[in-house]
Order: sequence, then structure tokens, then C-alpha cells
Amino acid sequence: MMRVTPSAAGLGLCSCRACGLVSRPDPAVGPARCPRCRSPLHFRKPNSVGHCWALLVAAYILYLPANLLPIMETGTLFASRKDTILSGVVHLWETGSWGIAAIVFIASILVPLFKMIALTLLLISVQRRSTWWPMQRARLYRLVDLVGRWSMLDIYVVTLLAALVQIRSLATVRAGTGAIAFGAVVVLTMFAAMKFDPRLIWDPLLKESES
Amino acid sequence: MSTNTKSLIACRECDLLLREIPLLPGGVACCCCCGAALYRNTPGSLVRTLALTLAAAILFIVANVYPILGIEIQGVRNATNLGGAVYSLWNQEMRMISSLVCVTTILVPAIELAMMIYLLLPLSMRRVPPGVALILRILHSIKPWGMVEVFMLGILVALVKLADLSSLIPGVALWSFGGVTLLLAAVAASFNPRDVWGCLDREPDPKVSA
Ligand SMILES: [Zn+2]
Ligand SMILES: [Zn+2]
Repeated sequence: MMRVTPSAAGLGLCSCRACGLVSRPDPAVGPARCPRCRSPLHFRKPNSVGHCWALLVAAYILYLPANLLPIMETGTLFASRKDTILSGVVHLWETGSWGIAAIVFIASILVPLFKMIALTLLLISVQRRSTWWPMQRARLYRLVDLVGRWSMLDIYVVTLLAALVQIRSLATVRAGTGAIAFGAVVVLTMFAAMKFDPRLIWDPLLKESES
Repeated sequence: MSTNTKSLIACRECDLLLREIPLLPGGVACCCCCGAALYRNTPGSLVRTLALTLAAAILFIVANVYPILGIEIQGVRNATNLGGAVYSLWNQEMRMISSLVCVTTILVPAIELAMMIYLLLPLSMRRVPPGVALILRILHSIKPWGMVEVFMLGILVALVKLADLSSLIPGVALWSFGGVTLLLAAVAASFNPRDVWGCLDREPDPKVSA
């Protein structure tokens, strides 16, 4: 796949991320700002790959405690149990709530993992200036952006249960330390996805058609 | 800024430079290189969005005041609203999670709704409120952090998890949150920031262009 038409940046034009206005920044004036909304202008998000990697590595590291530590501690008259994300899903499955078990499994386990792997692939391909399947990679990024927020699901479930099930001596639910790590993974991957600049996917194709 | 860049647009996802073409009402322009949506033509969207936003704001207040859910175990009852849930988590030394929930389900949606009303109410009367550019920029940057629809799914999962532990008493806010979720989706589908930026171009605000 080739691109014949030039990119805005190739012609010295810069589009504003906030309002979309295309303007020609004057390097003599100093740091460029959008003439309409005064947002800072950059041809590409500054140091996008480096920041994205840093956030992504932090998310990978926290993904371990997020899955190994309990996110919820339930105590009733008869028993007490500590649930990690996975054991919570298994418990839902065993008690017959298959639909909900599948939703929680997808939102809490598959989505964060998919997001981190997809961003890793995108970053590597961008760093190698790959011209490989740009359309598919652009779609992959759109998907990452779309599904990321749904991982917050488990945080909300734990919040509601911990607030409601506070009936002394009968039943109590507390949020576990795993919830903190899990929340951090969700926030870090959301920031990483925002930092990534999808225009970098298309830039190498342009260079190729120019030469 | 030279005048000939006015009708130019660049694709947000692949930076392809394109010339804007007029669309039929309800039409969407897509990038011919990467397929990303570029802009929409939504006639009358300002007034419709304002009506939806006002309805969402009223339901959002109801959803925050009344309890979402109550449980009853052997005659002992406990119910909570959203603020109560955040507060309870804060007291359980889960400050990070509590703040995260507070920001994504209370603060960001509240700020979003307030700013939309501040923008759209004067604009629907053909007046431009001060600070439009700043407000649109803030709206653009906080948008990903409003997660009412995810919270709604969280309520449903919590319902299922609680069902075998206790008897449930659904609260008023349970239904209002459902309504808020639908209305916010409708607001997002109907709101077209391009229309507002367009208003700004026609009547330049001295505070903004200064
Ligand atoms: Zn701008
Ligand atoms: Zn494009």
C-alpha cells in the first residue's frame, strides 16, 4: 500500500489536536500555538514513543500484583475468602452466572492484556518504521482506544460491594491491595494509548513513496 | 494564518491533508486513506444536544442523591448512594481507588454536563459565552475519563454477585443511572464540537483571540 498524497506535516502544516484547525506554525515566533484555541501545536505528539513505552512497562510490571493479589476480601458468619480477579471469575462461573463471568473475564483479564500486547506491537512496528499492514494497525489502535475504559468494571464492582456489604458480624466485604494495582494498570494503559500517535503508523509509507 | 488554510483539514489519525467538502444533512466524511471519521454535518444539533444535556443533568443529580442499591441480611439493612460508596472506600484506607471512582463517575461527568450547559445555553440563543475555546479544550481532554456506562455495567455485576448473599432492594438511583447512561450516549452522538468552533469563527470572541 502506497500513499501518493502528502501529509499535512510534510507540507509544513499542523492540525490542532483540540479543535482541528490547520495552520502553518512559524518557527521564528517560538513555541507554536493554535490561532483559534491557543492549544500548543506539535506536528506529532512530542516524544510519543518514549512516553508510551514508559507507561506501558509500568503497566506490565503492575499487571502481576494486579492479578496475584486479592482484590476483594469477603467475610461471612461461616467462611471468609480472598478473591483475586481470576478466582472471582471462577466463583461466578461455578455459581452459574456464566454470562456475567464471561463479561468480567473479558473486561478484567482479556482487555488489559490485549491492550498491552497491541500497544507493544504498535510501538515496535512504529520504531522499526514498518510499512506492514498500516490499515490493520490503524484499526487495532482504534480498538485499543475503544475498549480500554471497560477494564474499570471490576473497580466499580469492588467499590459497590465494599460499601454495601458492611453488616457487622454477618457479612463484610473489603477491597484488597490487588485493586490498587489493577486500577493503576487501567489508568496507565489509558494514558499510554492517549500518548501513542497513530499518525506515526502512516509516516513511513509516505517516506517510501517520496523516494 | 493565511486564508487558504481555512478550508483544509488534516486527518487526526493519518495526517492526510484534505479539502473540506460540504456534506448532506446527517452525512459523515471519512478519510480516504485510513477510514477514520473526519467530520459530520448535524443540522440543529445545538438545541437537541442542549435538551439531552439538561435531561441528563437532572437525572445525574437524582442518581447521586438517592441510594443505588440496598441489601438485607437477616433483617439488617444497608443501602448506599454513589457518594456514600466513595466515602466508605476512603475510610477503608483505599484512598487511591476511592479517588479514581470519584473522578470517573462523579467529578468528570458533573464537570462535563455543567460545561456543556454553560456552552450550549447561550449558543442556542445565538450568544457566545466567554472562554468557549478553553471550555472546549477542557471538554476534549477530560472526555475519556467519564465512565458512567462502565459504572452502570458494574452495578449489574454487583447485583448478580449480591443476589446469592442477601435480598436486594433496588434504589431510585439504579434506574436513574440507566437513564443517565443512555442520555450521555445520546449527547455524545448528537454533540458536534465543529458547530461550536464554527460559531467562534463567525463571531470572534475578543478574549479568545487576544
Ligand atoms: Zn486549536
Ligand atoms: Zn486518515
